[in-house]
Order: sequence, then structure tokens, then C-alpha cells
Amino acid sequence: MAKRYSLWANLDWFTVLLYIALVFMGWVNIYSAVYDAEHQSIFDVSQRYGKQLIWIGAALLIAFVILIIESDFYVFFSYYIYGTVILLLVMVLFIGTEVNASKSWFVIGGFSIQPAEFGKFATALALAKYMSSYGFKLKTVKSLSVIAGIIFLPALLILMQNDTGSALVYFVFILVLYREGLSESVLFFATLGGLLFVFSLVLPPLVLFSVITGVTLLVFLIASPGMKHYTKIVLFLGAAFIVLAVVNYATRSGYKIELLLAGMLVLGGVMILIYSLRKNLKVYALTAVVLIGSVLLSLSVGYAFEQILEPYQQARINELFGIESDPLGIGYNVNQSKIAIGSGGFWGKGFLNGTQTKFNFVPEQSTDFIFCTVGEEWGFVGSSVIVVLFLILFTRLVLLAERQRSGFSRIYGYSVASILFFHFMVNIGMTIGLMPVIGIPLPFFSYGGSSLWSFTILLFIFLRLDASRFDYLSS
Amino acid sequence: MNKFSKRSYIIIGLFALVGLIFIIGLFRLQMLDPTYKVFATNNVLREIVQYPARGLIYDRNGNLLVHNKPSYDLMITPREVGVFDTLYLCNLLAIPKEDLEERIEDAKKYSRYKPSIIVKQIAPETYAILQEKIYRFKGFHTQSRTLREYNYPVAAHVLGYVGEVNSSDLENDIYYSLGDYIGVSGIEKTYEEWLRGLKGKKKYLVDVHNRIQGSFLEGKEDSPAKVGNNLVTSIDIELQMYAEQLLQNKRGSVVAIEPSTGELLAIASAPGYHPNLLVGRQRGTNYGLLLTDTLKPLFNRALLSEYPPGSTFKVINALVALEEQSITEHTRFSCAGKGSSPIRCTHDHSSPLDVVTAIKESCNPFLWNTYRSILAKYPTTAEGYNAWRDHVLKFGIGKKLGMDVPVESKGSLPEVSYYDNIYGKGRWRPLTVRSMAIGQGELGVTPVQMANFAAAIANRGYYYTPHVVKEIKNLGIDSQLKERHTVGISAEHFEPVISGMEMSVAMSASGSLIKVPGVVMCGKTGTVQNNQGSDHSVFMAFAPKDNPKIAISVYVENGVWGARYAAPIASLLVEKYLNDSITPNREWVETRMIDANLLNPNQPK
Repeated sequence: MAKRYSLWANLDWFTVLLYIALVFMGWVNIYSAVYDAEHQSIFDVSQRYGKQLIWIGAALLIAFVILIIESDFYVFFSYYIYGTVILLLVMVLFIGTEVNASKSWFVIGGFSIQPAEFGKFATALALAKYMSSYGFKLKTVKSLSVIAGIIFLPALLILMQNDTGSALVYFVFILVLYREGLSESVLFFATLGGLLFVFSLVLPPLVLFSVITGVTLLVFLIASPGMKHYTKIVLFLGAAFIVLAVVNYATRSGYKIELLLAGMLVLGGVMILIYSLRKNLKVYALTAVVLIGSVLLSLSVGYAFEQILEPYQQARINELFGIESDPLGIGYNVNQSKIAIGSGGFWGKGFLNGTQTKFNFVPEQSTDFIFCTVGEEWGFVGSSVIVVLFLILFTRLVLLAERQRSGFSRIYGYSVASILFFHFMVNIGMTIGLMPVIGIPLPFFSYGGSSLWSFTILLFIFLRLDASRFDYLSS
Repeated sequence: MNKFSKRSYIIIGLFALVGLIFIIGLFRLQMLDPTYKVFATNNVLREIVQYPARGLIYDRNGNLLVHNKPSYDLMITPREVGVFDTLYLCNLLAIPKEDLEERIEDAKKYSRYKPSIIVKQIAPETYAILQEKIYRFKGFHTQSRTLREYNYPVAAHVLGYVGEVNSSDLENDIYYSLGDYIGVSGIEKTYEEWLRGLKGKKKYLVDVHNRIQGSFLEGKEDSPAKVGNNLVTSIDIELQMYAEQLLQNKRGSVVAIEPSTGELLAIASAPGYHPNLLVGRQRGTNYGLLLTDTLKPLFNRALLSEYPPGSTFKVINALVALEEQSITEHTRFSCAGKGSSPIRCTHDHSSPLDVVTAIKESCNPFLWNTYRSILAKYPTTAEGYNAWRDHVLKFGIGKKLGMDVPVESKGSLPEVSYYDNIYGKGRWRPLTVRSMAIGQGELGVTPVQMANFAAAIANRGYYYTPHVVKEIKNLGIDSQLKERHTVGISAEHFEPVISGMEMSVAMSASGSLIKVPGVVMCGKTGTVQNNQGSDHSVFMAFAPKDNPKIAISVYVENGVWGARYAAPIASLLVEKYLNDSITPNREWVETRMIDANLLNPNQPK
């Protein structure tokens, strides 16, 4: 009995409350999104809000079961859990059912289960187990390869199911690795490369190169070898631009301004590089190299996309990034989603009073685009409250992770925070037009049993580990 | 490991940064951007599809054949419907109350949020009243459409008609949505892609009283409708009307082609129907009536009927034999008249005779010998038959011509295997297939194929694929329709055959019926054996002999023999086309043809 008592006393009730609040608000918004005057009973299981109630009930039961299991169980069985999920992911490729072009569902007697959802906590467990094993050193080739294997095996299998959104989630484990000691520069260059790759495809070249110019000027400024050098940097870039513009005009080559900008960055970058090498300004030299590299990478991505890829391959990549994934024209979803959120104003239209989200203007409005309903009916106030609640949850999770004595619990905790954060970032970013359309759910909010259960499992395993944090010795 | 614990602040910082960006984004979207403010009072966006006018259709002389008339649909958006005066609406639209209620239920079933059509094709007068009162009917609005209207009561088959899209159209082409119109037959179908134009859309904001408050985003997301391309057909509407007049109360067809281009001057199938019957709200009823009519007015005989060509086919057999050099211009065969074997001759003439006289007299024994000579030239009958068949195929018989119409029949020209199956390989001889010599038996030629081979003879060796559309306005036509197809017969072989055809008309026993004043017409009559009633009357011709302007085929079912109806009708059409009018001393021919009623399949000999 004493042990039981300590479990409930040590459980982080603050996080549990946050969880219940988010799930409840999610359900309210699902109710509103599919609300129909003819089906008003909240227990009507023919409607999504009725079904979601069942999912929520089951999720609470799952949470309870997870909490009463000994925390050692998760540590001990993490590889087995991981192996089982991998097996399921392989099986779904062969005997799964196709929904929305993704072959990622098991349909068992009217219930659909998406094993990809369960890949997340399984991977987190396996990663935590491996990285907390005795004598583990992160910076060896062997460890890094094993880690990459643990992370990318499920990602690859999910990608093969045509569910790109869920596969992309696995990139977020880099945050966990960073916390565990991965060098900043790896994080920095991986992020930079990834961002450049995506932005080269998504942004118009003019915007892209303007942003690169702006960011580099900023970096040079903060690198702080003094205003004297900085003025020269600006002069180099300006001179490069003028020279190119004059040549372009004189030879009537007719290159567009975005190419001039790109040329300016490369030419200016080379001049800065020579200058900084002479003056022995290492920070500047490095920045210049990164600058030149970025421009060349963007140009080659754009060139490869336009020239080398066949139109159908371009379409696939566009679809991957959601650029042309909807049949009603580019950006239809996002446009409608923005209209819905934008029309909410400061206070919103009030519960059940939304019009945009009820007219089928916004597709997937109870799943991936559930945040539209929040924006429309609860306004700026409501949306901000949700954003802030999520931020509080993430921060709380990081703080909980930091107080763990065992490496396993800490790594797992960071994984939970990172996975939830990635969903939050991509999903809300997508609905307000700051991210390409990638179909992944908003944790605890979006309609769907698999996603709700998987986030619940993810979170409550960590809460269980945290509740027994005193059982472990500091490692 | 805890040496990295400071990194937790960076990670929390990253979370906070993204959160901050989102709050700024939300602030911009919800507080600063005025575009979405308009929606603050529960306004609804209404998207109205802008239907383009369908392309117009002209004849070769610029006469307007098909145009559009306005029509209006009443739409309903079930979710927006409030209490309204049902009785008033029913009276205005002249529909029973139960009917209206049922339609509203159907619309609800389709979607409560999306507009659907509730009453189609409201007359402009009713629309004018409705439009003034529409504010009283919350949830209802109108949309304008266009319907086809035909200026002439003819050419229904070739022009085709327009109807609503069906489920397979919706599946095959994402352009269409439920309730859209599409060309269902004729050139309306073939040229659908050009005629339909491009739908546009306009987005409006409407207030709670269903009144349009203005365009959405200043029309930034609107796209204008693009009018369809006009078509100029090759039809001469005067000639077409005259053809259908001559065919009245008969079953049959007329196909007239301009040999130098392949353009169809007239293509008529009788009995026909008034094209306006298949337009508007009464379309369904009329279509049912036409479908059950025993005379099959919907069936386009000109393109789909496969008749044996009869004696008109002798011309081709003669040409093939000359090309194969199995006979020459001077070859003579004897004819024993009614006592000839294996095919007897129905005409009295001198014997022996050469190819020119044989065509003129339509001598069966001569053509039998000619046909046998082609097949006998080869080691086996099958090889000979194949050589002959290849020649015939080149005349566009036994295959689809590739015209710009949605359906055409390929006719019938049996392959060797057909006879092998019946008689056994190598077990059949020219005698077995003797009916081919005189165009009877298994041969099947459509009227348009016959007019086409008349054109090939007129051109002395080539034809252009017959087609109905001369020009898609400002775009031209498919280059395939401008391709010359040669029939593989040397030009010099045509002269004796054409002389025979010339004499066949000029020295005909029914001369006064079929001679066109001032025009040298070359033609060949035919009589198609028919077991279900009187034989069919066939005539194939072109005129004038030099520099031909028109090639024509006429089929008159149960017309007893070629010169009785088909040839006179063809002569009148040629006269009308070349001379613009019928000479007074031939008006009796015209009257006789127009008045003839051949709907009874049994006619006196």
C-alpha cells in the first residue's frame, strides 16, 4: 500500500490536469466542427463527437493502466515494445487497408488502428534504453549509427505506407540528441540544410534570396569584429550587386532580380571570404562560406527540381510539401483555413456559431484542421490560450525531464516533449499558413482514436517514470 | 551528462519562440488583416459558377444553325432555408407542393451546406418575377444557364444534342460537376472540348437576408467564364433542307461530299426529328417518344446502316481488275442475258461487251467474269481474295473512316478466315463468293462510305476523310482531316469506268428522271436485294464529270430499284447544288419525289 500511495502522491497532477484540459477542449471543438442541428445528443455515436467520447474514455482507461504498471516494466521491455511495433509496421504494408492513399491502417471489425501512431513512443523507449545503457558514448560512429537506425527504421516503414507527415515527425529526435550532447554545429547545419531545402521549394526565389541576404547581414552584425569591418561587408555586397546589375543591363541578358541577388551573394561572399582570410577574421570567413554554400544549395535544389525531375516527380515533391496537394487549386485548404481563423476576430464568434468551419469550406476540419474551429469560434483570445497551454505543457515536460535521476527517464521525457512540440508546430503552423500542408494531427485535439491513444500512452509512460523518479539513483 | 543541462533552456527557448511566432501570426490574421473582418457578422460566402455560353454552330455559307437561349435554375442551400410562402413559390413555378417538398428533401440529402438545383430551366418571364421576390425566400437563389436553340428543323443527327452529364462523364473528366451540360451525340459530342468553353466562378458575400453584399476579396479569387469556340460546319443548310424534304415519308439517307476537300455538304437520315425536341424541360418525354418510335428516328442511317452496295459496287470491281491487269480496257466477255450462268443478266444489250458498256448496262455476267479474273490471277482463291480485299479496303470500305462524328459503322468486308470457317481452308472458290462481284451478299457499305468512294472516283484516285466541321473558329481543324488518302488505282484506269458511269446516266432508260440540264453527271444505280419487303433503291454519283464539285450517295429503303427513287433524288440535289434551282420542266420530278410515301415496306414493282 505504501508504494501505491507514493505513486499517486508523486504523480505530477499539474501535467495530468493540463492533459485533461486539452482533451476536453479538443472534444468541445470537434463537437462544434461536426455539429448538426439534427444530431444534438453528445452521445450520438454515429457522429464524430460521440465516437471521440468513446476514444477519450478508452484513453483515460489506458492512462490508468499505464500508471499502475511498475515503471521498471517500460525500461525492461522497451526493446520488445519497439520490436513489436516495427513488426506491426511491416505487417501493415502487406495486410493493411488503404485510407486516403495511405496504406497504414488495420481494420478490425469496424475499428481502424494506425500502427504508425504507436511508432513514436516505441521509438522513444528504444532510444532512451539504448542511450542510457552502461558506458554509452554519444560521439562514436557506432552509437550514432545505432541511433540513426532506431530512429529511421520506423520512419522509413511509415514513409513506405505513403504517410509522409507521420514519417517527418522522427526528425524531431535531433532535439533529444542535442540535449544529450550532440554538437551544436550538427544541429545548426542540419536545421539550416533542411530549412534551405524546404524553403527553396516552397518560397519564391526573390523572397528566398532576400531572406538569406537579410539573415547573413544580421549574422555578420552579431559576429561583432567591429563596425569598420561590417561596413566593408555591406560595401562588398552592394558593389557585387551593382557590378552584376550593370553587366546584366549592358549585355541585355535579362536575368531576373532574384538571380542577380543570388549572384550578388556568391560574388560578395567570395570577396568577403578573401577579405576575412587576409584580415584573419575567422568568424567572417566561416559565415561567408556558409553563405556561399546556402546560395549554391538553394540554386541547385531549384535547378534540380525544374530541370532534372520529370513533371510527375515534381508533382510528388510538391505533394510531399503540400504545395499542390488539393484538387481545388494551390493553397485552397490553407486559404480557407486562414479565412476561418481570421474571421474569428478578437473574441471569436462563440461556441457553435462558426460558419466557415461548418460549410465544408475547410477540409478535414475535425482532424488536421481542428485549430480552425478554435480560431473561428474562440477568436484570438481562445487560440492564444491554447498556444500558451501547449507551451506550458512542453516547458513542464522539459522541467520534469531535467529533474529525473535516470538517463532513461530524462531521454524519454525529452522525446515526449519534442514529439508533442513537433506536432504542435507543424499543425498550427499549417492552419495559419506558416508551414506547408503536412497532414499530422494536433495532439489531444484532433479527432481520432489512434492519435489520441498514442499521445496518451506517450505522455503517461513518462508521468509513470516521473512518479517513481526517487526509485532510481542518479546516474 | 548533466553538463548539457543548460541546453534545456535553449530547447525551452525554441518552444517559446515558435509559440511567440504563432501568437504574432494569429494576431496578424485575427486582429490586423481587414479582409477577414467582413465575416465578423456571420456572413456567408457564396460561390456562383459562371457558365460560359456554348460555341455557336454555322453552316458553310455563314448561316447560324445553333445558338443559345437563356434559361434559369432555382437553387437551394438547405441550411439557409427559413420559413417561406410555399404556396406562392409553387404557383409561380407551376409545380405541386408535394413535388417541391420532395425536391427540398433530396437537396438536403445531397448536402445541407452546398447549393443544389431545385427547379431547372425556368422560363425568362417566370425568372423576372422570381428575381424580384427572391429576397422573401431565404436559402434560395438563381443561376443563369444557356440552352441550345436550333434555327432550322433539320440536321438533328449530325448536329447532335446536349444533355446533362452522367456519372461516367463525372468520373472521366473533373471539369464537370453534377447538373452540367455536355454534348451527347453528333458534333456536339465530338467537339465538346471546344464548344463548352471554360466555366468561371464568382465569389460573393451574402448577408443574413440572402442579399448579395459585394464580391469577396474584391474579386481577386474570381475567374471569368470563357465562351466556347464557334464551329463552322461544311453543311450547306439549303441543300440539307432540300435533302430532308425529298426524303420525307421515306426511310433512307443522303450523303453529299465535296470531293476536293472531303467536306460533307449534306448528311441526312430519314425519318429525322426536329432538333428543338431534345432541348429544355420536355427533352426527357420527347426522347422517350423518339426512342420507342418504330421508324427509329434517332438512328443515323447515313453513318450506321450497313446495306449491301448493290450494282454501285461494280465500279470498284472494274477498277480493281484494271489495276490488277486481270482485264484491260479492251477485254470483252459475252453475256447470254437471262440465260447467263452463274449470275443472270437483267438487262438487254449487245454481246460480247467491254468494260465501258458493262458499267453502262450494269451487266452481271461481265462483272462476274471480271471478279473471277482477279481471284484467278493468284495461285489460290484465298490469296486472290486477299489481294482484292486490300484494294477494296483502300476505298474506305470495311473500316471506319475516322470522321469527326462520335459513332460510325465500319461496314462489312469479310476476311478470308470468315469463309475458311464456313467452307474450310482451301475449300472455297471464286464461285463461292460470286455475290461479291455484283455487290450483294456479305458486303455491307454505309451511305457515307458510298459517297466517299464516289468522291474517290471523282478525284480519280484519292479521297479526304469525310468531315462535318470545316473550321473550329480561329483554330482550323485536325490535320488528319486534311490528309489525302490514295486508293492505289492508277489514274488512267478511271477513264473507262467514268465513261461507263457517264453513259449510264446520259443514256438511261429513265433519262428524263435523272438527267440534270447542263451538267455531265456520272453515276451508277444499284438495287439492294431485301427479304423483308421491296428491294432498296441506291444511287451513287458525282458531277460535273470534269472538276467535280459534288459526290453523292442516296439510299431509299424499299425504293424497288435504283433509278426509281434514289437516282432522281440525287439528280435533284445535284441540280440544286450546282444550278441553284430546279428547271421548271423538272418540277414534276421534284413533286413526285417529295410526294412519294414509302413507309409501307412493300411497294408495287
